[in-house]
Amino acid sequence: MSMFSAFDIAGSAMSAQAQRMNVTASNMANADSVAGPDGETYRAKQVMFETQAQNNRYGVGGVRVTEVVEDDSPLRMEYMPNHPAADDEGYVAKPNVEPVNEMVNMISASRSYQANVEVFNTTKQMMMKTLSLGEG
Amino acid sequence: MIDQLESAFNFHQQALGLRQARHQVLAANIANADTPNYKARDIDFASELKKAVEGGQSQQQPNGGLALARTSEQHLAGEGPAWRGAGNTELLYRVPDQPSLDGNTVDMDRERTQFADNAVRYQAALTIMNRRIQGLKNAMQPE
Repeated sequence: MSMFSAFDIAGSAMSAQAQRMNVTASNMANADSVAGPDGETYRAKQVMFETQAQNNRYGVGGVRVTEVVEDDSPLRMEYMPNHPAADDEGYVAKPNVEPVNEMVNMISASRSYQANVEVFNTTKQMMMKTLSLGEG
Repeated sequence: MIDQLESAFNFHQQALGLRQARHQVLAANIANADTPNYKARDIDFASELKKAVEGGQSQQQPNGGLALARTSEQHLAGEGPAWRGAGNTELLYRVPDQPSLDGNTVDMDRERTQFADNAVRYQAALTIMNRRIQGLKNAMQPE
């Protein structure tokens, strides 16, 4: 019953894209967080995708998230001398989140998610039709 | 009679198996549309189906077909057609017409049209097979 693995493939892509969407949401939400739980300024995060191990005969596989990496680009320094988190020179380190990049990432993730839902639905239709083979 | 039934269905069976394999390959392409360095793949359906059907019809020379184990010379020699599973289908790489910097060659528009096309043809093959079954069933009805 290898048609079921088409469900696995589409499902893996849906969960990977959902994770990408979560990371984007986190970046957008924290675009102005001056401190995280560890006291450090929040850094933009990104997911890394990888083709899943080929667990079937066809040599094709789904996708998975290998790791979430942090953006190393410099933090945004804003001059706010009255801010409690300001350093000696009066600068506050703001996250290096680029709202434009995040929006693009979000739209791309949502479109990919939709494409995979379509794959899932089509596969389901095909299987339902196969199950009723010979019934008339 | 049974082997005739078998040969009546063999073509469509092979076609459905290949359609399903292709469905899976295209699903993997769509799933990996954002994976860096992923190369889109596809099956040359016509040539694979030709190979599958020819492999199945070589009754004289067992081409990987299933032969009956005979314990006496008087037993009938039966041989089933070779079942070419989709496992030995040849997967080709798609040639990208707009290569991207991250090494991914999935063209979403192309993949999705091919995917829809494949799904419709799968259902068409199923419908034809259904009619075949209906026809045979009608032929078997007593007056």
